Formats: sequence, C-alpha cells, structure tokens
Amino acid sequence: MRYSYFPGCTLHTQAKNFGASALASARELGIELVELPDWQCCGAVYPLASDNHMALVSPYRTLSSAHSRGEDLVTMCSGCYNVLKRTNVRVAKDPDVQGKLSAFVETDYRGDARVLHLLEVLKTDLGFEALKERVTRPLTGLSVAPYYGCLLLRPPEDMQFDDAESPSIFEDFIRALGATPVDYPYRTECCGAYVSISEDERSGEPARAILRSAGRYGAHCIVTSCPLCQYNLDVKGQMPVLYFTQLLALALGCTEVLQDFSLHHVDPRPVLAGFANGV
Amino acid sequence: MRRIGVFVCWCGYNIAGTVDVKAVVEEISQYPGVVHAEDYKYMCSDPGQALIKQAIAEKQLDGVVVAACSPNMHETTFRLAAQAAGLNPYRLEICNIREQDSWVHSQYKQEATEKAIELVRSVVEKTRRDESLKPIAVSVTKKALVIGAGISGMQTALEVADAGYQVVLVERLPHIGGRMAQLSETFPTLDCASCILTPKTAEVGRHERIQLMTHSEVVKVSGYVGNFNVKIKVHPTYVHWDRCTGCMECMNKCPKKVDSEFDRGMGKTKAIGVAFPQAVPYRPAISREHCIYLNSGKCGVCKKVCPVDAINFEDEERVIEEQVGAIVVATGYDLLPKEHFGEYGYGRIPDVIDGLQFERLNSSSGPTQGEIRRPSDGRVPKEVVFIQCVGSRDQEKGMPYCSKICCMYSAKHAMLYKHKVHDGQAYLFYMDIRAAGKGYEEFIQRGVEQDGLLYLRGRVSRVFQEGDKVMVWGTDTLSCENVRIAADLVVLATAIVPRHDARELAQVLRLGTDAYGFFQEAHPKLRPVESLTRGIYLTGCAQAPKDIPDSVAQAGSAASKVLTLFSGEELQHPPTVVEVDPDICVGCGICVEACPYGARAVDEHTRVATVFEVLCQGCGGCAAACPSGATKHRNLTKPQLLSMIDAML
Repeated sequence: MRYSYFPGCTLHTQAKNFGASALASARELGIELVELPDWQCCGAVYPLASDNHMALVSPYRTLSSAHSRGEDLVTMCSGCYNVLKRTNVRVAKDPDVQGKLSAFVETDYRGDARVLHLLEVLKTDLGFEALKERVTRPLTGLSVAPYYGCLLLRPPEDMQFDDAESPSIFEDFIRALGATPVDYPYRTECCGAYVSISEDERSGEPARAILRSAGRYGAHCIVTSCPLCQYNLDVKGQMPVLYFTQLLALALGCTEVLQDFSLHHVDPRPVLAGFANGV
Repeated sequence: MRRIGVFVCWCGYNIAGTVDVKAVVEEISQYPGVVHAEDYKYMCSDPGQALIKQAIAEKQLDGVVVAACSPNMHETTFRLAAQAAGLNPYRLEICNIREQDSWVHSQYKQEATEKAIELVRSVVEKTRRDESLKPIAVSVTKKALVIGAGISGMQTALEVADAGYQVVLVERLPHIGGRMAQLSETFPTLDCASCILTPKTAEVGRHERIQLMTHSEVVKVSGYVGNFNVKIKVHPTYVHWDRCTGCMECMNKCPKKVDSEFDRGMGKTKAIGVAFPQAVPYRPAISREHCIYLNSGKCGVCKKVCPVDAINFEDEERVIEEQVGAIVVATGYDLLPKEHFGEYGYGRIPDVIDGLQFERLNSSSGPTQGEIRRPSDGRVPKEVVFIQCVGSRDQEKGMPYCSKICCMYSAKHAMLYKHKVHDGQAYLFYMDIRAAGKGYEEFIQRGVEQDGLLYLRGRVSRVFQEGDKVMVWGTDTLSCENVRIAADLVVLATAIVPRHDARELAQVLRLGTDAYGFFQEAHPKLRPVESLTRGIYLTGCAQAPKDIPDSVAQAGSAASKVLTLFSGEELQHPPTVVEVDPDICVGCGICVEACPYGARAVDEHTRVATVFEVLCQGCGGCAAACPSGATKHRNLTKPQLLSMIDAML
C-alpha cells in the first residue's frame, strides 16, 4: 500500500506529535506514506465564494501532483482533508472551475484522484479486522470519547465520509484497538473553531460543553483528527485530548514516538499508564 | 373539389397583436377550394360561432378550418357549432395559430403572419380529405370500484351507492376508516374523530349497495372506461365471518401479544382480533405473521374457545374478478418515517414520536386510554416540543412540498395536551404558520391566547437523549437566540408521502404519478379529480396532501364524476382512431409494440392486427410504425399528412 502523503502545515509544527505517530504507525502496518515533494498549504479554509477561484489553486496543485504520480492522496488533518476533498469534488463536477484552474496552473487535472483520510485507509484499504490482528497492546478498559467535529463530516454530500448525523468510523477504530468508545451527545458539535483564537471567552463554552459531556459519560480521554479541535479542547485543561494516531501507535507498540508530550496541555501519561505499557 | 370556409380568430390581441389576420384572410381566400374566409375578434363567442353556422348554410360549406387557439381549448365548441349547422363535426378542423404561433413569435410579426398562412394552408389540405365520421358508442357497466376505505373512499362509495349504483369498496386493512380512525380529535372544532367517523363506517358496513372487501388488494385492471375488468386479491382471515358473531372470545384468550400497527407500535394487540373497539367490520382476523398455530402447528386456543366454530386455519388467498364502469383511487398517505432524520435521533429515542403516534396517545381507545404518557417510562411529560415541517418544505433531505395539514394538527396536538396537562408547557417550532381554511387562523390564535402555546419561529438542529430528558436544540429567529429545551417528549410533524406502493398501483391502473408518487390529476386546476385515463378518478391524499374537509369535498366531486359517467346508457368515444386494412396487414405485430395504450393486438386465427377502438387515443404511433401501411389513422391518413407537408413547403 503506497500513497502520496500530504501532511499540511500543522503536522510539521504545532501537531508534530500527530504526524510522527501517524508515520510510525503506518510504517508498522506496512502502509507507505510518501510525502509529496514541494507541497504547499492546502488552502486552510475551503472558499465559499462561488466566483473567486484563486483559493482553489493551491489544493488543485496538490491534487494534480498526487494524480500525476498515479497515487491516492492521503492526509489526516481534518482541515486539509476537508479542503482537498471538496476542491476535488468541485473540480470534477464544475467544468467552468476546472477550466479556469487548469489554464492558470497549466495542468489539465479533472478531479480523478482519490482523496483519503488515514482513517479511511485503515477502514477500507487495510480493514479494521486486519488492524485488530496487528494490535500488540490492546487498550482494554480505556474509555475513549471520539470527537468528530465538523470538518470530517460536513458538508456530507461532498465529504461522503460517514453518516454526518450519526458517524461510526471513530468508534469502530477505537474498538479495533481494544478500547471502549464512549457514546456521548456532543461528539459532532462544534469546538469553537477559530473563534477561540480571537475571542477566548465566547468560544470557551462550546469546548467546555464537549468536555463536560464526555466526562459525564465516563471518558478517560478524547481522540480527534483535527489539530484545531485538539487545541481548543486540550487548552481547557480538563482531560487528555489525543490524536487518533497516538492511540494507534500505542496499541501497535510504537512507543518511541510517544515519549514527548510537551505539545499537550494535559499530559495523557497518567491516564494511559493504567491501560498500556511503555508510556 | 370541396367547398371550404376559413375563419381566422383575433383572440382579442392574443393573435391579432402579432399575426396580421387580415392578411391571412386575404391570402387564404385565393387558395384553391377556399370559398369563404373571414376574421372575427372572438370566434368562440356566440356571434363568432353564428358566423360559422351562417357561412355553412349560405355557402354550402363541406369543410371548415378555424384558425384560433389550441384544439384543447375550443375544438369541441366549434364542432358542435358545425354540427348544429348540419355539417359533420369531423369536417371541422382547428389550426392553432395562438400557442404555436402568435404567443411564441410575438417579436416577429411578419414571420408570424407568414407562418399562420402556411399553417392554415396545411390544415385546409387536411380538411379537403376529411371524411364524415360518427362517434363510437361504448356500453357502460353501472358499477363502481373504490380503492381505499378511508374517509375519502367511504364518502365516494356512499354517494355513488346512495344514488342507486353498486359499489365495490376494496380496503387493504382488516377495517375501514383509514387514517381518520387513528385520530383522536379533529381541527378546528376539536370534535372527536370517532364520533364523526363511526356513523360513516357503520353506514358503509350495512349499505345494501356497497360490497365491502377488506383484507383485499386490486392486483390487475384491464379494459377501458365503462368496461373495466378488475382482479382483486382477498387475503385469508382464517375466520368464517359468516359464522362469527364478533364475541371476541378468541382475541381475549389468544396468548400471543403483538405490537399494534394501528397504535403505531405503542400498544399491544393479539395475533387474532380487531384493531380497535369500533372497527368495521367487527370481525376478527388472524395475523399470518404472528399466529403461533399457523407458524408452528401448536396452540389453536382460538379454535377451542370459539363458540360457533368459526376459526378456519385452512383459509386461503383468493382472487376474484369484478366488472366495473368506473374506478376511484382513494389510497391515502403514509408519513415519512422518522428513521429518516438523523438530527432527530433516527427514530431511536423512545420519547421522540410522530404526529400519528401522538394521536394514538391522546385517543381514549389508544394505548394509554387517552392520558398523555410518554412511551419510555409512562410519565406525564411536562415539557413537550412539537417540531413542524419535518421533511416538508425541505429540498435537501425531505420533500420540497408543504404537507398542508401539519401547522393545524400540531396546534391541535399542543392544545389537547394543554387541556390535559394544565401545568405543562408546549413549544412549537415552525417555519411559517399556514392556516388557510375556514376557522383555521382563529384556531391558531386561540391556542396562543387561551392555551399559552409557545411558538418559536425557527428550526431544530439536534435532538438527543441526555439522561431521561430529550434535549432539543433549536433557534428562534425572531429573538435571534438559540434555544435549548430539556424536553420530556418531542412530537415530529413528519411529511405526508404517498403510500409506499402507490407507484405499483399506478402501474396496475396505468395512471401517472408526480415526482413524489402522488397520483397525477388530468389538470391541476380544471380537472382535479380526474386522472388522464378516462373513467378513473382520484380523491383524498392519494392525489396530494389535504385535510379532512378537502378530502370529503374531493370525494363528493369524484362521486359526481362517476354519476355523470353512469347517467347515460352509453358513452361516446372519438372516431378519430386507427383502423386496419385486413387485406394489406401481414400480422407482424409491430403495432402492438408501438401502442402505449394496449389498444392493439393480433388476432390469433386470422393473423391480422386488430384495434380496440375505445382504448385507442389516436396518437398515431402504430400508424407510423406499420411497415405495410395497413394501419390507417382516420382523418389523418398518409395522403393527408403528405398534402399538409406539401402545403407548407
């Protein structure tokens, strides 16, 4: 299994732990993630303007670059995934947009690449059953609250990722690692997104409500695939908030990438130590 | 050489504003065979028709062309006028210079006038070769079939039967009364649904001219207006109804409890019995799916306790045939399943129910004997949220149309709840309040002013279970505040949709349906109860969502259409259909494939194609397809078509 890999900016900076745990786990599972050469920003936010296509140029370059290598494109940051996937859908569906972008970038790409989230690779290309067999240190007894946020799922007609109202891919993933998923009502609510950076007081409440709810339903920790969600939840200091790849690395025994938790506000080690060795 | 008159209508300025009618008259006067031509402002008016009659008489016309609007509008008008003047009506032809000329070319007057002249020339050529024809007489079986015995179907059946004709009333369920039998009270008067419905169900049950067939479905329909042949499948009841006295000992003693469909899964019933105490017919039936004996050969308690030995485990499905002259479709509606809506819990939260479930909760014959108790724990809910437009007016995930009755029944539900739970609070989320009906707006106002209903204008984004509460997150767009309610019960006004198998029935009846599966009426304004198939009529929610008064009114209208059909000894069918020259026909059967109406066949013995003239709609498909030219379209023959084309080129 070989894929073009698009890390996105945060996985090289604020979310190094995300990238490192993902690459180590993938290696362990025989999934070859080859970082795209000269990749640039995904665009950060999918542009909603219907008449300004400049913001699509950057994701268009990424998509056509992966396609020209004949590989599916894998990413794992929810934000990058959302922008790349939606751009791909738009290019495939809207000949006008495709025409402008291909003229500007001077590459005729028509939206044929497959854009995959790492969770999808695990679910469809590897299979959660196969993953379960590869787990060497099952996280038995660990109650994990999956936090989807919005970018993975919405808009559902473009993302086609999972049932937007009642998703299950995280739960299935958590079960494959031997842990127990927590069913709590706030798993698809908004975390406050970028508002948290400028107006902390107002944004605090959505994140706190998610943490309260997860806690009330007995979660030991939260997992997510979005660096922004991770920050918003983690910064409240109430419970460990991990990237799903960190749990994956733990269950696969890739402990070398789990030595440094300095990027976390809440150190997850006291919680994880009770359920897994090597942390 | 024929003597043809041409009459060009101005249609006020509809035609004359674009087409130079005087020029058309002048030009066509010169055309061979045209002995008379004139124009008039409104040819369809009495003076206009008088001009035609007068010219027929004075100029001994034997063919008339009226250049005016579409033949759909006034062909019959003008043909009757011609007939009154002694001309065979099929020698009068319409030339459409309005819809197909002036209206579509209003920017090009010169060209439109030239086109009008060409069109008129072409129809003159057709008229020159028209034959005198006589309408085809069709006999009428004066017996009606009504499919569905809800309020609408019952009303139609009663009106037709009261007028003296036999009615076969077919109902799929074991009882009649339809959706209305499930309702507790009705808006805007809050009178008890049963109290106004049961006199009707009883009357239907005992009417000497209504042949009531419950447990039955229409499976095949052939024939045509006045002469339909219908096959009806009668499902087994496993009970000799002729012996049964309706004591219901069987139901009392039956050990098998099952979820009641009539109570929408909230109450229990037995594997044998009736759905509710006022059911008509009041005769039990065994559920094949649930009966212990029928599935395992053990039990048979009902057979042991029945005092008249009416249980018959050997009962079998039968198919019976009926001849009827008219058919009325009154199959009603379903509700869009709440499992459709993830944002409202996919039907998994026990205290999120739909409108019909609330009706059963509130009904004195329902699972709680009319006490409002929530399904999960039987507690009386103190905070109830009603959500309107669940799946209605929703282009993204539901139906784009308005289901029409939800505003009213949600208000009714909330009021009835408040009348029973005085210290409770009712919230209603709405998009707009549509209360267009007699006494409807006043009803809503009464709810707000007297019963303290709290209306919130906005949508609900999420409903989820939190402890024993049902959390409702929504928005109130008037105060621009988000609203979060910890509710005890949530009632969804889910969209009205056609019966799940309406499209299959439409195929059996050869009827059209709209994009959603509602039966298609012949004209949305002027022929709202007729289907496009002559002799088949529509009523109630089978055609579109509507409330009880509208359903009853439409039912009466459908009945009057049936009675009109039955009023004469025979019907007339247009003679402008196809015929076959048996000497030329080789019996290849291509015409049979080409016919969309089932009007063509090949005679097994003679190997010559035949025409069921009454089924033929004169579309000409078979005539065009016939490789040997044996099929001929009366008054639209090949020589006529060729000469029409020549006249235009």
